[in-house]
Amino acid sequence: MAEVQLRFRDDAPVSDPAVPLSSFGETSNAAAVRIEPGEDARALLPHLDRIRLVEVTFPAFTDGRGYSSARILREAGYTGELRAAGDVLVDQLGHMRRCGFDSFAPAQPLDADDARNALERWADVYQAAADGRAPIWQKRHG
Amino acid sequence: MKIVTGNDLKSGDVTWWTGSGWSRHIADAVDAGDEAEAILARESAAQRVNAAYVIDAERTADGIRPAHIKERIRALGPTVRLDLSLDPTATPERVL
Amino acid sequence: MYKYDQYDQAMVDTRVAEFRDQTARRIAGKMTEDQFKPLRLQNGLYLQLHAYMLRVAVPYGTLNSAQMRVLGDIADKYDRGYGHFTTRQNIQYNWIKLEDAPDILADLAKVEMHAIQTSGNCIRNISSDQFAGAAADELVDPRPYAELLRQWSSFHPEFLALPRKFKIAVIASDTDRAAMRLHDIGIQIVKNASGEIGAAFYVGGGMGRTPMIAPLIKDFVPLDQLITYSEACLRVYNRYGRRDNKYKARIKILVHELGKEEYTRQVEEEFAHLLTQGIEPPLAELERIIPYFADPAYEAGASDELDRSDPDFALWVDHNCHAHKQPGYMVATISLKPVGGIPGDASADQIRLMADLAKQYSFDELRVTHAQNIVLPHVKKSDLYTLWQSLDAAGLSTPNLDSIGDIIACPGLDYCSLANARSIPVAQKISERFAAQDKLDTIGELKLKISGCINACGHHHAGHIGILGVDRKGTENYQLSLGGCEGADTSLGTITGPGFSEDGVVDAVEKVTDLYLSERKDGERFLDTYRRIGMAPFKEALYG
Repeated sequence: MAEVQLRFRDDAPVSDPAVPLSSFGETSNAAAVRIEPGEDARALLPHLDRIRLVEVTFPAFTDGRGYSSARILREAGYTGELRAAGDVLVDQLGHMRRCGFDSFAPAQPLDADDARNALERWADVYQAAADGRAPIWQKRHG
Repeated sequence: MKIVTGNDLKSGDVTWWTGSGWSRHIADAVDAGDEAEAILARESAAQRVNAAYVIDAERTADGIRPAHIKERIRALGPTVRLDLSLDPTATPERVL
Repeated sequence: MYKYDQYDQAMVDTRVAEFRDQTARRIAGKMTEDQFKPLRLQNGLYLQLHAYMLRVAVPYGTLNSAQMRVLGDIADKYDRGYGHFTTRQNIQYNWIKLEDAPDILADLAKVEMHAIQTSGNCIRNISSDQFAGAAADELVDPRPYAELLRQWSSFHPEFLALPRKFKIAVIASDTDRAAMRLHDIGIQIVKNASGEIGAAFYVGGGMGRTPMIAPLIKDFVPLDQLITYSEACLRVYNRYGRRDNKYKARIKILVHELGKEEYTRQVEEEFAHLLTQGIEPPLAELERIIPYFADPAYEAGASDELDRSDPDFALWVDHNCHAHKQPGYMVATISLKPVGGIPGDASADQIRLMADLAKQYSFDELRVTHAQNIVLPHVKKSDLYTLWQSLDAAGLSTPNLDSIGDIIACPGLDYCSLANARSIPVAQKISERFAAQDKLDTIGELKLKISGCINACGHHHAGHIGILGVDRKGTENYQLSLGGCEGADTSLGTITGPGFSEDGVVDAVEKVTDLYLSERKDGERFLDTYRRIGMAPFKEALYG
């Protein structure tokens, strides 16, 4: 299990192991769940109030389903930790943050400077996403 | 023969394994034989070549002739712009 | 046309800095090629058969003379003195060095251009009607909507790792000049019964291995829901598009496998949810963009007369010029298909000349068409002759638009590592076979399209005559198809039978056109005759 290298939350990290989605419903006290790319994040919607960590896996960074899973959870009001795990690379960190991820467990450690540069690079964004950043169209029109 | 070919990372030039390094000219290519895959792996890891692979070719009177037409065009240059070829003797018929 | 504000400019400048950093990290070995590849693809940089190829975006095919001039300069400074205009209204350079790419993007950014998302598994350049803003039959200019979608799709964080590429076209007339229904999403701006303007969405079209015509998914999306609906379409695709098989990964397969009704249902469900999320720009944003596409300052009372006494000029006008909505003006198409030439290629000098001519004669505006030609959209009739003389002196006056000489061809095996066969020599030979002007004119409208492989970048499925290059045991071979069409009556071509050699397919095309000429009834184009008499007589003529 890869370590969390970056975390953008103030609360205490969740130490519970993440339970696979397929067995999540049965484990009534699980607060941490893992979603694979092909699984439906909306299956978690009835349980959001008791979940404190959702780990979304990226077996390959080119499989972008996790981005939709993340946004869906944030759009549903999930405020717990949303972790991207697996083939998490510097150049996708920014997109992942925008989709609502606030912690990262890359399979290979990331260069800290490169990661910081990537996250700080874009002063503005064109679209509304899950990070609450005001898109350019909002800045244009107030 | 088995030739190892790839591209130079920075320039994108098509390159051919010469036995000791990488040349832009297919005429310098050597038969890497059974070593081809090992050479490819070593040179790729050292970043002396990018996107390398092994192709079949034969030595003919005109030089080294890749087995597949795509590789022959890759070696020669676009048949419709042979003025851009590295080979001043290039003709379109050579790729057939 | 659209002009960047400080936000747009900062976005392209930041993108240049980002790619410069990514390239440096790749060269330093901090990234593998597999990790770098999607990054460079999403900046337009392919590793192609001979070198890196850079595909520069021409948003909805529109550019100004300053931008066109830079495209010419890039060809000289960083490439080998020429560029290739593509079937998606972009331009490609074939001999780019990776180490130069960040500087090229910086040069482009200075004139509000980029290569953002012109490749990769993301939303690509949004194409449109090359006659937008000039055509009398358009409801509105479609390009403001294309610009709104361009900004929405650029760096969209959820949709940068789609199952596959995603191509959108936007039109605003019933005559479809952009092959709209052969796109992943095709949008037609329409008016509903109450007189409101909105968008009809066609989803799931495309060419390639399994060509499909996009079905109508929603007949009217109000303008203030355009982005939200688009986002719903994309999210369903991102979640459920196939990722197990590269050849079944486009949205057309998803729509086909789910069925139109089920795909629509899923989109509507996501759409209803997304409407609660406030992701739609206010209408004020569209209202901000629309004035950039206002009519240029036409000269009122410009003469509608045309001196046709020079027969070569008259020929060019009749073939390459279209009526303009404004009296006294015409839309002029510059053919990049000289007899025996490479379709879509232009030298740096020719590119700069076209830039100058646009500045002088067309209110500083040009269009790239998906048929690989260049349009000067607003030319005064009284200027047409001097314009034509300049084009003629530069080899750009071939009067062959929409005729069999106006061949659309992908770069093919001469340039492309995906190809199975060369396409350009076939185009050249056909062009030479049909060089005689009277022969061209007798045949009339005939859209011939050539692809060097099943990926169909030459759009051969949509050709009245289509040619597909295949690899037959290491030898190039060519399949012929007939009856494709990309307009409002979109149809896909039918293969005639066994394939031909390179010379054989040229003969085959001539047999097909000879049969058409002998069978046609009054006023029938080739396509009409084919649709009337069917494949059988052609098969007979070809295979005996």
